[in-house]
Amino acid sequence: MGLRPGPAAVYGFPWPAAGNAAIGLDALSAFFLVPIFLFGGLGSIYGLGYWPQARHPGSARRLQTFWGLAVAGMGLLLVARHALAFMLGWEIMALSAFFLITAEDREAESRRAGFIYLIATHLGTLTLFGMFALWRWATGSFALEPIATGAAGVGVMNALFFLALIGFGLKAGVMPLHFWLPGAHANAPSHVSAMLSGVMLKMGIYGLVRFLFLLPDPPAAWGGLVLVLGASSGLLGVVFAIGQHDIKRLLAYHSIENVGIILMGLGLAMLGRSAHRADWLVLGLAGCLLHVWNHSLFKSLLFLGAGSVVHGARERRIDLMGGLAGSMPWTAAMFLVGAVAICGLPPLNGFVSEFLVYLGLFGTAVIPGAKVSAAVAAAPVLAMIGALALACFVKVYGMVFLGTPRRPDSAPARESPVGMLAPMLPLALCCVLIGGVPALLGPVLDAAVAAPALAQFDALPPVLALAPLGAVGLASRMAIAVIACIAAFQYLRARRIRRAPTWDCGYASPGPRMQYSASSFARTIESMFAWALRPRERAPRIEGPFPRNASLESHVDDAVLDRLIVPAARGTRRLFGWFRRFQQGLTQQYILYVLVALALLLCTLIPFGDLISRLFGR
Amino acid sequence: MVDTVIHVALLFLLPPFLLGVINKTKAKLAGRVGAPLLQAYFDIAKLARKGFVLSGTATWVFRAGPAVALSAVAAAGLLIPFGRFDAPIAFAGDLILFAYLFGMARFFTMTAALDTGSSFEGMGASREAAFSCLSEPALFFAFLVLAKLSGSLSLGKMLMVSPESFASGAAAPLILISLGLFVILLAETCRIPVDDPNTHLELTMIHEAMILDHGGPWLGTILYASSLKLFVLVAVLANVIVPFRTGKAWLDWPIFVGETLALAIVIGFLESAMARLKMRRVPYLLVSAILFCGSAFILLVR
Amino acid sequence: MPDLLNAVLVVVLVLNLFALGTSRLLAVIRIVAVQGALLGALPLLIHDRPSLSVAAAALAAVALKGFAVPSIMMRALRDAQIKREVEPLIGLLPSIVLGALATALALLFSGQLQLSDSRTSALIVPASISTAVVGFLLLTTRYTAINQAVGYLVLENGIFIFGMLLVEAIPLVVEMGMLLDLLVGVFVIAIIANHINRAFSSMDTRRLASLKE
Repeated sequence: MGLRPGPAAVYGFPWPAAGNAAIGLDALSAFFLVPIFLFGGLGSIYGLGYWPQARHPGSARRLQTFWGLAVAGMGLLLVARHALAFMLGWEIMALSAFFLITAEDREAESRRAGFIYLIATHLGTLTLFGMFALWRWATGSFALEPIATGAAGVGVMNALFFLALIGFGLKAGVMPLHFWLPGAHANAPSHVSAMLSGVMLKMGIYGLVRFLFLLPDPPAAWGGLVLVLGASSGLLGVVFAIGQHDIKRLLAYHSIENVGIILMGLGLAMLGRSAHRADWLVLGLAGCLLHVWNHSLFKSLLFLGAGSVVHGARERRIDLMGGLAGSMPWTAAMFLVGAVAICGLPPLNGFVSEFLVYLGLFGTAVIPGAKVSAAVAAAPVLAMIGALALACFVKVYGMVFLGTPRRPDSAPARESPVGMLAPMLPLALCCVLIGGVPALLGPVLDAAVAAPALAQFDALPPVLALAPLGAVGLASRMAIAVIACIAAFQYLRARRIRRAPTWDCGYASPGPRMQYSASSFARTIESMFAWALRPRERAPRIEGPFPRNASLESHVDDAVLDRLIVPAARGTRRLFGWFRRFQQGLTQQYILYVLVALALLLCTLIPFGDLISRLFGR
Repeated sequence: MVDTVIHVALLFLLPPFLLGVINKTKAKLAGRVGAPLLQAYFDIAKLARKGFVLSGTATWVFRAGPAVALSAVAAAGLLIPFGRFDAPIAFAGDLILFAYLFGMARFFTMTAALDTGSSFEGMGASREAAFSCLSEPALFFAFLVLAKLSGSLSLGKMLMVSPESFASGAAAPLILISLGLFVILLAETCRIPVDDPNTHLELTMIHEAMILDHGGPWLGTILYASSLKLFVLVAVLANVIVPFRTGKAWLDWPIFVGETLALAIVIGFLESAMARLKMRRVPYLLVSAILFCGSAFILLVR
Repeated sequence: MPDLLNAVLVVVLVLNLFALGTSRLLAVIRIVAVQGALLGALPLLIHDRPSLSVAAAALAAVALKGFAVPSIMMRALRDAQIKREVEPLIGLLPSIVLGALATALALLFSGQLQLSDSRTSALIVPASISTAVVGFLLLTTRYTAINQAVGYLVLENGIFIFGMLLVEAIPLVVEMGMLLDLLVGVFVIAIIANHINRAFSSMDTRRLASLKE
C-alpha cells in the first residue's frame, strides 16, 4: 500500500517534551520495511530450529525477545518523521542488537565482539545526537522535512553532511568505520547475523538516503566523496573477505563490500542531484535501493545456509570442512543460489541491481560532446569487485560443499531440520524471481525513488525507460529455461554414468589432505593485495634432516581494528594511567572531592573583593 | 533475417575451425605437417560418442559445469555483431551482460574443478580466479573507450567503430585498446604467453588443469565452449582492429571470416614465437593491459 | 520565636562537636538521634499556628530520626559486636578543632552569601553550613561503616536546617520524600555494614577498596 506513488500519509502524535512528534509512511519507508518484515518472520522460524529452547535454556527466550524488539525498533525508525522518534527507534534497535550478539556470552570472543559493537554503535548514536541538535538549531524544529534552499549556511550544511555520514556510516559498515562488523556478525548466532547483515545495516543506508536528500543544493564534492567511499569499501571489503578462514567472518566482509556497491549507487544519485541530471539520479538511486533489497535477500540466504553448515558440521573454519554437498544437499543447493546471486551473475537478482549501477556510471561518460565525469572510473572498479567476489565465493562453495571432507575422522554432517530449510526457500525463490522478471519492480522503484527526490525534480523518468530491464529479464528467463532443459536432459541420461576415483593425472592414492585448501586458493589474490591485507604469518622452522612436525598459520586481521584502533587505545590507556592515583576506591576520598567542589562553588558566591577590603582596609 | 541465420550458423560452426588454423600455423612454423584443419571437429565428435565416467567425489555441480559454460558463452556470442551485421540480441547495456556471462561460465567451470577434490584442479581454479580479477577491469576500460567513441551502450553500435574514428583523434586510444583487448584475449582463452594449451605439466597449467577430470562428452563440451570463447573474443577484436567494410552483404561476410582467420594465424604465430611467461609475471602482463586501456580512456577524454 | 529557634540551633552546633569528639559508636548514635529529634520538632517552633500537615510531618520526622533510624543502627552494631571506632584519619582532638574552626568560619562568612532575610533567625545559614561540613568531616575521616552512616545523618540534618529558610514553600510530599530517602539510605548502609563485617570481620570500609580491581 505504501509503495504506491503519491504523497505520504503523516500522522502526528503528542510528545510533550519535544513538540509534536510525527510518524508517516511514504514509498521509501515502505520499501525498506519490506525486507524487515519478511526477514523478521523467516528468521524467527529459523531460530526455532537453530537455537532451540531445549538446548539453550538461558539464552533462547532472551534471543526471541530481543529479536522482536529489534524488528520493532527498526520499524519505528523507518516511519519516524521526527528526530526524537527516529532516535528512539534507533536506540531500541541498537541495544537489542547488542543483546542478540552476546547471546553466547560464555565465549570470550562473543563478549569482545559485543563490546566493540557497543562502542561503535554508541559512537554513531552520539554523532547522530550531534547532528540532530545541529538540525534543530538550523531549522528550528525536530521535524524531518526538507530544508529550504538557502535556509542554512554552507558550514552548517557541511557539518550536517559529515555528521550524518559518520553516524550512519558507522551503522552501515562503511570502511573505515566497519571495525565492529566482522566480529559482531561472526560471533552472533547465524539467524541474528543474517538479520544484522541483511536488514540492520540497511538502516544506516536508509538514514543516509533520507537525510542526504533532505539537505538542499548538495555540492558535487559530497556525491564524489560517497562514491569514492563506496568504491573503496567495496574493493577492500571483498579483498579482506578473501583472506578469511571463518565462514561467517567472510560473509560479514562481503556485507561491507555490498554496502560499498550500494553507496556507489547513492553517490551517483547525489552527483545527479548536483548536476541536475535526472537520469543519473534515477539510475543511481534505483540501483542503490534495488541492491538493498537484493542484498537483504541473498545475504540472509547465505547466512542461514552458513548457519545450517555450522549446525551440521559443528565447525566454522572452512579449512576443516569439505564434501558437505553429499550429506547436506538442500543446504548446498540454496547456498549455491545465494552464491551465484551475490556474485551478480546473470540469471539472478544481483545482476539486475549491478546492471542499474553500471548503466548509471557509464551514462556519466557517454554524453555526446559533454565533458566526462570522473565518476565513470568507478565502473572498472565495480568490475574488479565483481571478479574478486566471484573468486571468493567459488572458494567458499568449493571448499565447504565440494571435494572430500578434510577431517575424515569427525562424525559425518547431518542435514538441517525442515524448520531451518524452509525459511531459505522463499529467499531463494525471491532471488530467482527478481532476476527473472525485473520489470515487475519498475513501478515500485519509481515510487521509492520519487519519494525523497521529488523535492527537487518535478518529474522523474521511470526506471524502465532508462534501463532495459525487460530485455535483461527476457535474457535471464531464457537462461533459466536452457539450464532447466539441460538439467532435465542430464537427469534422463543419468543411468549411464560410471563412477571411478578422481583421475587427477594418474595419481594413485589421493587423500583428502591433498585437496587444495581455502587459504591456498586465496593465496595468489592475497599476495596481490598484501599491501592492504597485511597478513600475519607464522612460518614453521624446519631444521635438520629429520625435522619435527610443524605447522604454518596465516591470519588476516582486520586492518582498521587490529592495526589502528587497538594500538591507539592501548597508548591512550597508558597515557591516562597517570590519573589512576586519584581513584583509590575509598569512598572517603570521593566524598572529600565532593566537599572540595562544594566549597569552591560556594566561594564563587562570596564577593572576596569587598571582604578583603572590609577586613583589612579600615 | 538471413543475416541472423548466418550469424548463428557461423557462431556455432566456425569456432573449432579456428583451433585448427592455429594449430596448423604452429605446425607449419615448426616445420611439421601438423593435424588436419578440421581436427577439432573430429575430436569433438569422437568425444561425444564416448561414455560418461564421473569421479566418486563429484556431485551434480560437476555435471552442470560444462553445460552452463557452453550456454553462457553461446549467449555472449549472440550479443556481438559480426562485421557490419547487427547482433541478434542487442539492448542498451548489453556489454555488462556480455562480461558477466563470461563470469558465469568461469564460476561454473571453477566450481566443477573444485568438485573433484584434487589439488591440481584447485590450483588451476585459484590461478584463474586471480587472473580474472585483473582482466575484468581492463575489459571494462576498453568498453568505456568504445562507448565514448560511439555514444551508445549497446555492443552492436560500440563495436561498429567506423573508419572515420580511426582518422579523427581517436586513433591512439583505439590502438591502445586493441593491444589491451589482445592481451585480454590471450588471458581469457589461456593461450601463450599466459598459459600453454599443449602443456601437460599440472603445476604450470591454468585452464588445462581445471578440466583434468572431465572426460567423454563433457570434455567435448568444454573443448567446444573454449573454442567458442576464442571465436567470440576474436570477433570483438576483429571488429575493433579492422573496421573496413563494403556495403555489400555477400562481400562483408567473407571479409569478416577472413579477419577472424587472419587473427587466428597471428595467434598461432605468437604461440610459436614466444615462450610462456613465468607464472608470477602474468599479473604484470595483465596490469599492463589495464594500464593500456586506462590510458586509452584518459587520452580520449583529455 | 526566634530565641527558642536560636537556642535549638546552638544546641545542634554543640552536639556536632560532641559527635566529632567521641570514639564510642553507641554514644555517637545517641547524639545524632537527639540532634535529629530536635530538628524534627523544629517546624512546630517556627510556625505560629502549625497546620495539620506540618504537625504530621514533624511527628514523622521525630519518630524516624529520633527512634527508627538509631534503632536500625544499634541493631547493626549489636550484630557486629563492635564497640569502638578504628583509628580515624585525623585524631579526635584535631577533629574537634577542625569542626570548631568550620563553625567559626561559617558564622563569620555566611553573611556574605546573602541567603537569608531578616525575618527568620540569622543563625540558620551558618548552622546549616557548619553541620554539613561536620557531616562531611565525619564521612571523610572515619572508616567504620556505622560512623559513615552517622556522618550521612549529620549531613542530612545540615541540609534540613537549610530547608528551614523555605519552610512555607516545602510541600508535604517533598518533606516525606526527604524522610524516605533518609530511611532507605540508612537501611542500605546497615545492610552493607553487616556484609562487610561478615566478609572481613571488621567494619573498616577501606577493605572495600579490594573490590576495585
